[in-house]
Amino acid sequence: MGGQPVIEAEGLTKVYDGFTAVDHLNLRVERGEIFGFLGPNGAGKTTTILMLLGLTEPTSGVARICGYDATREPLKVKRITGYLPENLGFYEELTATENLRYIARLNGIPDEPARGKIQELLSVVGLSEVADHKVETFSRGMKQRLGIAGVLIKEPELIILDEPTAGLDPEGANAILDLIVNLSTEQQMSVLLSSHLLHQVQRICQRVGILSRGRLVAEGAVEQLGREALSAGKLKVEVEVAEATCALIQAVEQIEGVSQVERDDNTLVITCERDVRQQISTAIVRSGGSLVQMKLYGYGLEEIYLRYFQEEAG
Amino acid sequence: MPGLSTLFAKEVADHFRSKRIIILLAMVWLSGLSAVYIAAQSIREAAAGTEFVFLKIFTASSGALPPFVAFVGFFAPLLGLALGFDAINREQSSGTLGLVLSQPIFRDTVIIGKFLAGLAVIVLMLVSIVLIVSGLGLWFFAVPPSLEEALRIVAYLALTIVYTGFWMALALLFSIFFRRITTSALAGIAVWMFFFFFMSMIAGLVADNLAPVEEQSVESVLRHERLQQAISRISPVTLYNEATITILQPRVRTLGPVLVREVVRMVPSPLPLSQSLIIVWPHLVTIIGLTLVCFAISYVRFMRQEIRAP
Repeated sequence: MGGQPVIEAEGLTKVYDGFTAVDHLNLRVERGEIFGFLGPNGAGKTTTILMLLGLTEPTSGVARICGYDATREPLKVKRITGYLPENLGFYEELTATENLRYIARLNGIPDEPARGKIQELLSVVGLSEVADHKVETFSRGMKQRLGIAGVLIKEPELIILDEPTAGLDPEGANAILDLIVNLSTEQQMSVLLSSHLLHQVQRICQRVGILSRGRLVAEGAVEQLGREALSAGKLKVEVEVAEATCALIQAVEQIEGVSQVERDDNTLVITCERDVRQQISTAIVRSGGSLVQMKLYGYGLEEIYLRYFQEEAG
Repeated sequence: MPGLSTLFAKEVADHFRSKRIIILLAMVWLSGLSAVYIAAQSIREAAAGTEFVFLKIFTASSGALPPFVAFVGFFAPLLGLALGFDAINREQSSGTLGLVLSQPIFRDTVIIGKFLAGLAVIVLMLVSIVLIVSGLGLWFFAVPPSLEEALRIVAYLALTIVYTGFWMALALLFSIFFRRITTSALAGIAVWMFFFFFMSMIAGLVADNLAPVEEQSVESVLRHERLQQAISRISPVTLYNEATITILQPRVRTLGPVLVREVVRMVPSPLPLSQSLIIVWPHLVTIIGLTLVCFAISYVRFMRQEIRAP
């Protein structure tokens, strides 16, 4: 299998009654990766996911999961892919165990091995105590955790989570996110996480793709995206000194790689082409100043995100 | 087909767990048994010893209660509707359809599994009630049914199963076309009421206009009657009722209008089973055909439906 990507989409397009929900989307997710799929509501995230699973036929283009064509071999794709839909539902009148057993049977897992597996999974997601309670008594967070157990029962190679934290309180959301990270690292599972909640995606995803009106407008590691989006490939360093003298500013400006220095009282915002924090601190000390603090601007997804959507609106 | 047996088993279990099916089952049993009990009382006094006495417990009525066949004819459509009206749209709104379809099964497994499960429940319920009624008959008369009577009961049972299956297929169709459960339930009830109560009235009105009865004209009366019958046969309710009478009352020789001069020449003896079956064959085939049409439309629509509305 080696270099084969887990998800590979080429020119994926879906048109509903003249409305293009997904427009020539190309996507690649590698094995063991947690990929964040971002975009505002209605950007085409769920439609893309349904096409990846073979639940909706693309108007054109191909989606391959571990090499299987999702449209031609949906059964093979669904056997190795666990999908947690956005509006997840369980049979309310059945217990947690019964629901999981039904899913196991639909996956062709015999009852005997399934029994142990169900108990194990319920304890992983923290639902052992309510294993024999009807799902109608569950809170939304509990149902979501049961959903993850349902996804894992088929021992998938890839899990696709559509807004897994929607409608949960922060504590519940964090519990779900930690669970996802653990699964990915322990079992080498690839994860596609769709969400419109930026900080959550930023917390756990190695790479993100930003979807807007059916197009993938940006893709890459969060850091790299931030640099590209916000400062045309440049970094910003914020330095606070005891006293900002002209000599000090000149010294900083002369460092190779620094392109601009802005002064705001005792704080300097230095724009540079690469990470020159070491040289900056040396220059400040040499010119007799004292460094109070130095900070490399992180690129919050929020800023990246806003930048993309501002550009689009403008 | 992977997953079909799992889905089938789950659906059958769901039906027997569902309160509305249990209530309906109780109603069918209660009304059927009381009708048979009362019928048996009156038959014992009046008709003991005549031919086809066993079939009479299904068709005879004392006046206090309608006969067994009338109760079944009334409840069978309701049973079919109750089994199917929320089959797909409930799972759609609760999100369980997405759960099931994201497992490694084909999409048509869902609709085929649901249809077969409904059919299995129909067979179980109808066979059980007819067997119990036959048992009661044995107990009352202490005379076993003749082979022909037994075969006629089997034919009646098959006809009723197909008929109930038609109503279930119609309900399934509505559950796919209407996203709201109340809408699909009301649509089913509306069709049933239309056929059950209004069809004969409409057939009469249309026949009055297209083929008015002229005085002193046998031809015009015949034409009127035939047209009215043809129109009312659009309704599966009419088809079922005609077929039931023919199967359970061997003396019924024809379903159309009969002139007095023809009656005089008829041999007043019951028809053999094979002849009765020939009369109802078109009825049976039509009901099966309607069922298949409903199922085929449901199937195509379900396969093409997007999982979520765009």
